[in-house]
Amino acid sequence: MALDKTTVARIAHLARIEIPESELDALTGELAKILEWIDQLGEVDTERVEPMRKVMDIPAHWRPDEVTDGGRREDILANAPETHDGYFVVPKVVE
Amino acid sequence: MSELTALTLTAAREALRRREISARELTEAHLRAMEAARDLNAYITETPERALAMADAADARLARGESGLLEGLPLAIKDLFCTEGILTTAGSHILEGFVPPYESTVTRRLWEAGAVCLGKANLDEFAMGSANVTSYYGPVRNPWTRPGEEVPLVPGGSSGGSAAAVAARLCLGATGTDTGGSIRQPASFCGVVGMKPTYGRCSRFGIVAFASSLDQAGPLTRTVADCALLLQAMAGYDPQDSTSAAREVPDWSGGLSGEVRGLRIGVPAEYRVEGMPEEIERLWRQGAEWLRAAGAEIREISLPHTRYALPAYYIIAPAEASSNLARYDGMRFGLRVEGADLTETYMKTRGRGFGAEVKRRVLIGTYALSAGYYDAYYLKAQKVRRRIAEDFTAAFREVDAILTPTAPSAAFRLGEKSDDPVAMYLNDVFTVPASLAGLPGISVPAGLSAEGLPLGLQVIGRAWDEATVLRVGRALEEAAAFTALPYGLAEVAG
Repeated sequence: MALDKTTVARIAHLARIEIPESELDALTGELAKILEWIDQLGEVDTERVEPMRKVMDIPAHWRPDEVTDGGRREDILANAPETHDGYFVVPKVVE
Repeated sequence: MSELTALTLTAAREALRRREISARELTEAHLRAMEAARDLNAYITETPERALAMADAADARLARGESGLLEGLPLAIKDLFCTEGILTTAGSHILEGFVPPYESTVTRRLWEAGAVCLGKANLDEFAMGSANVTSYYGPVRNPWTRPGEEVPLVPGGSSGGSAAAVAARLCLGATGTDTGGSIRQPASFCGVVGMKPTYGRCSRFGIVAFASSLDQAGPLTRTVADCALLLQAMAGYDPQDSTSAAREVPDWSGGLSGEVRGLRIGVPAEYRVEGMPEEIERLWRQGAEWLRAAGAEIREISLPHTRYALPAYYIIAPAEASSNLARYDGMRFGLRVEGADLTETYMKTRGRGFGAEVKRRVLIGTYALSAGYYDAYYLKAQKVRRRIAEDFTAAFREVDAILTPTAPSAAFRLGEKSDDPVAMYLNDVFTVPASLAGLPGISVPAGLSAEGLPLGLQVIGRAWDEATVLRVGRALEEAAAFTALPYGLAEVAG
């Protein structure tokens, strides 16, 4: 599955990472090389193999449905780039 | 190097308990050593005031006859663990200025056991790297150099600052995290012991997430006994991490011996990879010979899917990373680079905030998870992952532990392999398979390369059987009698 510049630009947009046009060619080359190396996975017979979704067979833990945290507005806002009146300030989303 | 910084964690613990030394003088000796070795760039943040306050508190408890498992012992913390009130960077520009309002479970356990925080150790950005060259705070230098040479070498990664600090006597032990080899490979490069426990042994709560199905915390120390002690303090069930195991933490350090009589040790044929230096192959054979001489039985085993572990890892880990790193959006913490609208602000923030390797991995991961490619890449990789785990399950029907080299080379020059991502990824060829299977693995320094650089051997064990891994590690340590020091330290020690 060859990777082209248009696809890389599309993924970069999906990942919300700005890639300057001048870096797109080099990046496409790097990613294509990595994916080409990854393509050897195709050699492995995985017919009737269940994907491994869980690493260790640990049973789910049960606990009482109780509030264990909260009421920490100041802590939560302490690292924000911009706050106002106890809220995060973000760029305008709706017109 | 002072006598105090040369102590092992275990010896310092005894000396503190017998009140022969104080936590304050032990901590001060390390703070001085850290100041003198800043050229290594092993620490991103030093916390001398907090360290001394913690040391004084430990001394007060020791005076009252109270002592936790790690009372008064100075440690370095990989800067991937959130530490309340201390800058936590993950080696990334995007976490600029981030001071966590909470403590990771692993570090909380360490402080509750009486340990002293010396500072936050440098690392590859978001723990993505094998040479500690991707940190926004600059590369770490390995305290080892080739004899008679000044050329800086990499410490391995991603826990490169932790490994370098332990090797250079800038702490008695350090925490690391290991996703595909990030504790074991730098341990090998720096001539120290490093262990990744079974997935689920240590809580991941408060550790900046890279790949959640692979990330595990573990210790870096100068001896296997120290490793057992530090792991014992780090491990344990945590209700805040649903993947942590509700299992008793065994007394690994109390029961530690190098007794391997009757143990069956597997040597996997598939780990003889093309291009591996003859000296590593020789050291591996030597390691097997040491264990045989100590009474273990050596068996050739087969782990047929070994060569597919790295490519599977480089789908699974980036896929999980692309999802985990979505939280860095410039809205709630860290760096924000303003754009014309919300989307542009996201894109500029992440474009400037992430380094090249992190971007590559997020993009590979986004691609692998995107519509039309999910089955071909992500699902395929998860199926291969099961194949790899099944290989280990089959092998552990015949053997009790597996012996392999830790890394396919000794430490290399700063700048080497940096322009070829795949060449860099190959550093983890021997450590990634156990990571994918969630198994415990230790790296023990076993010898020197022809160039005079440390080389490690890896022991992999069954899930939850850290005890056997430590035992075999201890046997290798006894046989190898690795006492070599980084050259700068050897000169000072005279």
